[in-house]
Amino acid sequence: MNKEQYGKIVKKNTPKEDRFLNALKAFIFGGLFGVLAELIMQFLRRLFNLTVLDATVWMMIIFIFFACLLTALGVFDKITTFLKAAIIIPITGFAHSVTSAALDYKQDGLIQGVGSNCFKMAGSVILYGVISAFILVIIGVIINV
Amino acid sequence: MTYVYAFVFVGLLCLIAQVIIDNTCLTFGHVTSMFVVLGAILGFFDVYDKIIELAGAGASLPITSFGNLLYHAGLDGYLQNGILGIFQNMLSTTSAGITATVVFAFIMTLIFKPKD
Repeated sequence: MNKEQYGKIVKKNTPKEDRFLNALKAFIFGGLFGVLAELIMQFLRRLFNLTVLDATVWMMIIFIFFACLLTALGVFDKITTFLKAAIIIPITGFAHSVTSAALDYKQDGLIQGVGSNCFKMAGSVILYGVISAFILVIIGVIINV
Repeated sequence: MTYVYAFVFVGLLCLIAQVIIDNTCLTFGHVTSMFVVLGAILGFFDVYDKIIELAGAGASLPITSFGNLLYHAGLDGYLQNGILGIFQNMLSTTSAGITATVVFAFIMTLIFKPKD
């Protein structure tokens, strides 16, 4: 059997993921997360008489807490296979990446394992966020001089 | 109306991410990093503040808001204290998210055992 035939057989037997359905799921559940965020923010604002900014930060902390908890319980990955990008793109994905990396390397000890590996995935978010923001601030300053 | 805008904005971001992942060899890690940079760029052109005005807290939830907050914190720092201010202020507004993540992740790591 040559490579071409083998490739054809592999292609035929790989389960086809419905890309359209995936995209639709991501859109609907992502949108629902957005609505939920606004609902929680308004609820906190009315209940505790907070400013919009403070209520928004509390809302994000609540989302982060549940993302960490669900990851630790091992439920998060199952949710991801169903909700797709909808749960990764919100701040929950950031919290999930830190918690899962920390848990995976727990066996290597608190320093060599958890300490040096917990920012494995989230590190790129912080790194490129800071770098791009820094460059853009410098550009903005130069333009406005 | 805010709820509709929140639904559409967050939904569209997740849709774009899902389409990129399904049709290219990029992973979630690539896409989240790209979205942070995208957020900073949208912040640079003052687009993101308008989106937050329309979509409310929904616009603060996706990872793009992280880039936007970093950019605005850096700019505020420059206005307060010059170049030194950029270094002093860059992570100020995103501090809540990072600190909450680190604290909760560490507590969960101490309490729970990894599955599988």
